[in-house]
Amino acid sequence: MEPNTQKLIHSFSALADLGQEIADSGDFIEMMRTSLHLLLGTIGIRRGAVAECLVHREETNTLALWGLGEDYQAKLVVEEDDREAFLNLPTGALRLDSKADPAELLLTTFLARHGEELRAEEIELIVPTVVRGAVTGLVLLGRKASEEAFTSEDIEVIRAMVRHIGVGIHTHRLLGEVKQRAEENEKLYQDLRAIYRDTVRAFAAAIDVKDTYTQGHSERVGKYSEIIAREMGWGENEVEGIAIAGYLHDIGKLAVERKIINAPYRIDAKESSELNRHPAAGFDILSPIHHPYADIPLMAKYHHERLDGRGYPDGLTDTQIPIGAKIVSLADSFDAMTTDRPYKTRRAFDSVIHDLRANTGKQFDVQVVTAFCRALLKELTGETKERKFLKMLGKNYLDAEKDAPLLRELLNELDPNTQAAAAGGV
Amino acid sequence: MSRTGIPACLVGAHRREAIVLADPITSDVRSHIVGTTAVVYASDYLNKLTGERIERECKKQLDSGCRTLVIDFSDTGIVNSIAVSILLGIIDIAEKREARVVFSDVNDQTVQLFEMLGVIKHVVLAKDEQEALNLFSPPTQTQAMSH
Repeated sequence: MEPNTQKLIHSFSALADLGQEIADSGDFIEMMRTSLHLLLGTIGIRRGAVAECLVHREETNTLALWGLGEDYQAKLVVEEDDREAFLNLPTGALRLDSKADPAELLLTTFLARHGEELRAEEIELIVPTVVRGAVTGLVLLGRKASEEAFTSEDIEVIRAMVRHIGVGIHTHRLLGEVKQRAEENEKLYQDLRAIYRDTVRAFAAAIDVKDTYTQGHSERVGKYSEIIAREMGWGENEVEGIAIAGYLHDIGKLAVERKIINAPYRIDAKESSELNRHPAAGFDILSPIHHPYADIPLMAKYHHERLDGRGYPDGLTDTQIPIGAKIVSLADSFDAMTTDRPYKTRRAFDSVIHDLRANTGKQFDVQVVTAFCRALLKELTGETKERKFLKMLGKNYLDAEKDAPLLRELLNELDPNTQAAAAGGV
Repeated sequence: MSRTGIPACLVGAHRREAIVLADPITSDVRSHIVGTTAVVYASDYLNKLTGERIERECKKQLDSGCRTLVIDFSDTGIVNSIAVSILLGIIDIAEKREARVVFSDVNDQTVQLFEMLGVIKHVVLAKDEQEALNLFSPPTQTQAMSH
């Protein structure tokens, strides 16, 4: 094969490899090392380095080194004027070999700073990487292994390969910027979510202030809902959403007269009808808001619906009720049963269990009750170190020795197979 | 270093010939030592991966005191650009340590490539491994016999 043909094939093959390396490699530093090897091996150069020009700084960062002195770091100062001069090199490269390159005149200050150290490292050629009219880096190349001077063909091949390397540096920089922007956006989004959560908490407090006897109710319903959803295996985002729904479920009470909410007696039918407007009113308040979680208004609207269709406002039945509303419904009822109200004191835990047993499948969803009981049992038996129920119910309400068996018994009864069998028998 | 603390290649010199296999986990490069000469076998396709393995093996042999490296290309069909750069690096390291580098059993196509790129200016080419060893073996044999 003719030497020139062989050289061409060798160069084309290396260019193809370089293109693939720049396009495929996930590891930027490894990509630069490989690219430098490809360049050196294509021309037969014994040593070299790739340095990137840092953005908004006059320094370089060394990306790859090969065959240079062990202590040599190729840390260069490249001022704005130097970058301009590198852009205007007539051949696209600066020669530092024995033949004086007229282009040296363009880079007098750069060479005054680094000429001696570069020659000491036997660097004979400097080629800037240029992308979109800007110098992004410098490729330093040592002597050819043949000890011959670089030919114009060599420089053409080198420039073609250096363009690829420049694209690699530029792409990496762009990806870095995109990543940084994405991180900033993520932080902004998290900040907005935090503001949203704080606002929701403030709303919850405002709702509860209106109801003298149920202060803290909305926050507790949010927390119980969160516990149930987590026990049901919901994702973190959905768990956050159900907690918000819990906080806001009674927001419609803001539209109900205070005297009805705070009546220290059993309210009559008319007042009850007025009070029962609050889920629909809540839906109307929450619907115009663009919530970062799904179905918050629906969970507020349907938290008084029952599986047997006897709930309000729409009398929905089992599968028509969103699962989130079923969770909030149980959390709401449990808190109502376990806190003092103007017309009654809170129930003992065994009475609450009795209510859950009687109403599961009628008012409450079996999966939701099961998850609730499981989470509470885990806390009572110490399976989880968290004390969420204890904090909300107070120290003396639960008795692990007495109450854990009640929960186990109910859980056994709620076994889905048994439930299915019972349902089938009715 | 050997268990006795004597460089592996000097142990080889004493015993005339010792087979040294590279760590199978980090490298599958075959090599052996004859006197103060390490013979390292290049793979069928010499690229970045296999080139770096040879580089590691050569450095290891130089670190253990070898003063001649024979890189045998009898199994090698193709050498790519990255491997050329790595081989030039090996030559560089060997020169800095005043060690010699011999390439043995290089096929015609690769010889042409090495000529084109000036690699052969820095190495001795030998027809085969035996010829490569003969180039440097007399002093080693004397050393071995004197023990």
